[in-house]
Amino acid sequence: MNRIQEKMKSGHKLLSIYFTAGYPDLEDTVPILEALQEEGVDMIEIGLPFSDPLADGPTIQESSTAALKNGMHTELLFRQLEGVRDKVQVPLIIMGYFNPVLQYGVEAFCKRCREVGIDGLILPDLPLDVYQEEYEELFRANGLLNIFLITPQTGEDRIRKIDRGSEGFIYMVSSASTTGAREGFGEEQKAYFERIHAMGLKNPCIVGFGISNAATFSQATHLAKGAIIGSAFIKMLTREGKAGIANFIRSIRPGT
Amino acid sequence: MKMSKYQADEKGYYGEFGGAFIPEMLYPNTEELRQNYLRIMEEPGFQEEFRQLLRDYVGRPTPLYYAKRLSEKFNTRIYLKREDLCHTGAHKVNNTIGQILMAKKLGKNRIIAETGAGQHGVATATVCALMGLECIVYMGEVDIARQAPNVARMKMLGAEVRPAKSGSRTLKDATNEAIRDWINNPVDTHYIIGSVVGPHPYPDMVARFQAVISEEIKWQLKEKEGREDPDYVVACVGGGSNAAGTYYHYLDNEKVGIIAVEAAGKGVESGESAATSALGKVGIIHGSKTLLMQTGDGQITEPYSISAGLDYPGVGPMHAHLFKSGRADFIPITDDEAMAAGLMVSQLEGIIPAIETSHAFAIFDHRQFRPEDIVVINLSGRGDKDLQTYIDYFKL
Ligand SMILES: Cc1ncc(COP(=O)(O)O)c(C=O)c1O
Repeated sequence: MNRIQEKMKSGHKLLSIYFTAGYPDLEDTVPILEALQEEGVDMIEIGLPFSDPLADGPTIQESSTAALKNGMHTELLFRQLEGVRDKVQVPLIIMGYFNPVLQYGVEAFCKRCREVGIDGLILPDLPLDVYQEEYEELFRANGLLNIFLITPQTGEDRIRKIDRGSEGFIYMVSSASTTGAREGFGEEQKAYFERIHAMGLKNPCIVGFGISNAATFSQATHLAKGAIIGSAFIKMLTREGKAGIANFIRSIRPGT
Repeated sequence: MKMSKYQADEKGYYGEFGGAFIPEMLYPNTEELRQNYLRIMEEPGFQEEFRQLLRDYVGRPTPLYYAKRLSEKFNTRIYLKREDLCHTGAHKVNNTIGQILMAKKLGKNRIIAETGAGQHGVATATVCALMGLECIVYMGEVDIARQAPNVARMKMLGAEVRPAKSGSRTLKDATNEAIRDWINNPVDTHYIIGSVVGPHPYPDMVARFQAVISEEIKWQLKEKEGREDPDYVVACVGGGSNAAGTYYHYLDNEKVGIIAVEAAGKGVESGESAATSALGKVGIIHGSKTLLMQTGDGQITEPYSISAGLDYPGVGPMHAHLFKSGRADFIPITDDEAMAAGLMVSQLEGIIPAIETSHAFAIFDHRQFRPEDIVVINLSGRGDKDLQTYIDYFKL
């Protein structure tokens, strides 16, 4: 069983962290992974930086630009991740845009993921139908789960279709927005969380976008299985560097 | 099922190019459009309103003008399709008229757009004023500086111009910002894309709105020459909308040669170029699988052209397919060649073309035509917006 699926069976609410590979410093990837594991983070999304991150707000745009300037690229990320499984056991997901994967070669990319121990991919601009027609077998053969997004605007039929096509979890985008755009959740979000919960999907939902602190984490995970923090974590890295990781994670889940 | 080799199929593919590679956040918006655009465009009421506005507001049909002195100079028969005479000064308004009517049918009350040269921004601001809709135009900071008159026009027309400050701060980045806006405003907003780029159904929808250009060329040429088909149709290609409109009714008529003119900037191999067919590889940009300029690692590179409207690292999927299939002949033209051609047309025909269009007039140094050939060049826009660039270049 894939590490992601294993993790979904855990009894507690899951905290997942997103960061951009190669930021703040080029060689920070593995040290950040180790520090996050040390603090008990449940799952990690490693952002593969892209020049034109359409779905991202300013924070992740800037960290991506900086990472590319630092010299991050796809093959380098894989080289950094070689041997990481000797040290890090939490599920690892690569999150990126489809074009760099396409240029690397989708098959070669999937194979490298398997070699270094990646469990899943989130490629927001690889649509469900193209994935199913062209790439699903390849992902499966390499033990990779492909994670799909839903948003408050996604219709019920499509949510059901995405649920049928998903195996690990569903990435539930909290509101109609790019990453990092929101502070706190209102009635609209609560209604959306309830609506999705009531659908009784076969996959657990992990909420992402706009989660920044203990309050938003607990709101988001009241009904969902877990939540993902990205922009707020990157902002912390910009301010405090790796030294700030322990305090940041403890502030999200006080008492654990 | 598919009637045409060169038009989009039901999923928005032109051969291997096109499709909708968009994050789920954009799915409802594009899906709503995809499900409705053909039906709406085919409604008699829609067509009537579209045609009436093109006639009475835009000033169509635009003339097909036999360019006598240019023809003599190059010893062939050259016709100019005068899109420069459209209201607002370029072909862009054909598309914005169509899309604003589409937006109204879909019940949208907020309009966003991207712009490079500012022509599409002006054309969008214009139709928003006409319809009384809120208008926000994203424009790269670099372009805001080099296209000042168009920025002023947009403001005068009541639009808000928002600078795109990321990346190369040109058209590509303005498009990113517009797409992000759409993600953040999925319900009330329509995104008027300015060229045959973006996710399906945009390339097909914009091409259909611009197809009025070749529709008119056909009957106008029939009147003047007794035949509908020229030997060649020629257009400059940024994203490719004026070209798509110029080629549209000739795409499957292989007797008509198609020439696409790209901006080579300081030279195709100079590292400062926007010649996508020569420099691009298959990839995904702005939701479409097409040819685009990128690094080996799949990062989109920053193009360069003296002309803001051609300064785009990709090309519409229709054009990627026309290139890959060999249906169209792609010619890269440098800044210097384009500027010289712009001056030549000004002084031979009394028409100052937009710098984008000037590229198309530089092909005669690269291709020899027969004296009996009929060559139709789409004069996509007028040069008023570019006067400062011409002044600086020629020290006028
Ligand atoms: C006059 C003119 N021609 C051509 C273009 C290039 O766009 P497209 O390739 O979509 O026609 C522009 C874009 O701004 C323009 O203003």
